[in-house]
Amino acid sequence: MKARRADGFVRIATAVPYVWLGLFLLLPFLIVLVVSLSTKEIGTPPFAPPVTFSGGVPRPAPDLGNYAYLFDDPLYALAYLSSIRVAAIATLVALLLGYPVAYAIVRAPAAWRPLLLTLVILPFWTSFLIRVYAWIGILAPNGLVNNVLLATGVIAEPLVLLSTEPAVILGIVYSYLPFMILPLYAALERLDPTLLEAAADLGCRPAAAFLRITLPLSLPGIVAGGLLVFVPGVGEFVIPDLLGGADTLMIGKVLWDEFFGNTDWPVASAVATALLVLLIVPVLWLQRLQGGQR
Amino acid sequence: MTGRLSRFLLTALVFGYAFLHAPIATLIVYSFNDSRLVTVWSGFSLRWYAALLENEALLDAAWVSLRVALLAATGATVLGTLAGFALARRRRFRGRTLLAAMLATPLVMPEVILGLALLLLFVASEVLVGWPTERGIGTIAVAHVTLAMAYVAVVVQSRLGGLDPAIEEAAADLGARPATVFVRITLPMIAPGVVAGWLLAFTLSLDDLVLASFVSGPGATTLPMAIFSSVRMGVSPQINALATVIVVVVAAGVLAAGRLVFANGKKTYSS
Repeated sequence: MKARRADGFVRIATAVPYVWLGLFLLLPFLIVLVVSLSTKEIGTPPFAPPVTFSGGVPRPAPDLGNYAYLFDDPLYALAYLSSIRVAAIATLVALLLGYPVAYAIVRAPAAWRPLLLTLVILPFWTSFLIRVYAWIGILAPNGLVNNVLLATGVIAEPLVLLSTEPAVILGIVYSYLPFMILPLYAALERLDPTLLEAAADLGCRPAAAFLRITLPLSLPGIVAGGLLVFVPGVGEFVIPDLLGGADTLMIGKVLWDEFFGNTDWPVASAVATALLVLLIVPVLWLQRLQGGQR
Repeated sequence: MTGRLSRFLLTALVFGYAFLHAPIATLIVYSFNDSRLVTVWSGFSLRWYAALLENEALLDAAWVSLRVALLAATGATVLGTLAGFALARRRRFRGRTLLAAMLATPLVMPEVILGLALLLLFVASEVLVGWPTERGIGTIAVAHVTLAMAYVAVVVQSRLGGLDPAIEEAAADLGARPATVFVRITLPMIAPGVVAGWLLAFTLSLDDLVLASFVSGPGATTLPMAIFSSVRMGVSPQINALATVIVVVVAAGVLAAGRLVFANGKKTYSS
């Protein structure tokens, strides 16, 4: 490609999305940081800014109390830890469920593949809220599962399935499974089948060939899919709110309740900042991984 | 790698697809249930669909959502296409890494954080520059543009990645100005990706609950917000009927988009 100086049009094409994201993505995050250092107040907006101006001179007075509060009240630490645990279990289950499916799509006759892939993508386009809602009807005390089990006499009393932690894990697995299957499929599709043939020719059993060739070579897909389930799972709000119970602590729900329930914007901002710090490592890892593929 | 599937893989495939699609199927089946109790079947009926047509609150919310989604999808498509073009065709420029990082952020960032951040921005800018005077359709659309343009950029960028830049270079060598090349050569070539991106942005906006809840004001309730507050009260057959309508509309849109995306045998969904 010839080296050409970027002309006016190309500059504008770059600048417009740049300015938008600067204004509506970068700047808001900075404001969250600022508000997290401010003090709660009764009023509109319900906080006092951490910087006061006297005679045009800014006097910063950051209030670290919100962060101290996050450390003091064990609720927050528990919520962070339980969000990580729930998201990690969900990621593992999604991997165990998604890997055979992705593998089967790769092995399926070529004519089936567009349909199989469309069927994986289809639920991702279907309303997220409605897909979570569907599980309430299935898991409720008078829901489908309990009705079937009661009618067939397997159980005498309805099981408590809804408003539990396993229900939240199930909801995350169900909602994010397509994000696990697609990167796994992409990784497995690239795998050179002659490697497996060579292994078989040399006397390697299929199980050993899978463990020593297929699995290591699909590792980038496993990591990408895992992060695509884990990262949004940690901050999930809708799923724990609809499928979880009072004892299911998730940080996304805690943030929501601080903001809408307690109207405590500074603490909500501190929770958001801490969550951002927590997720920055996996997010950067994911971006490196995707950057490397291009 | 093609051939016959082993019994294990076939089982995995059937089980996996059943898990992905059965919950929505049960939802649709029970939307035709006559009983008020969602899970007890008492006969076929369309009464919940009729009730839906008389539910003013839900219809108003649907109208709000539709207007937001039209605005947001169009804005996100313009910005996302430009961003995807810049990233795919300009290999090196100052701040390229930052642009790519900012675009990737909404794809993985928990929505509660983005929602809170945007609300705080709107509150601050109302105090400092007097905009927005009220939060509603406009602020929700801005939030949705920010979220959805990232998805549009991914689709457009991968479409551009599969196209030969020589065609655009030839046009430039023959004297076409870069803006002309973009409008007359690049845009027609990536049109299927742009349309698919618009549809994706539209469904994302129509579906979003969290961002809208944060940045909306008292006047504007979107459809997901109305559904959410109703669902929190428990399962209702009317919501099943509404869900069925949404699923059918979206599935039709996806199939149309899928035809565009898979046209020319080009894959757009390789992560």
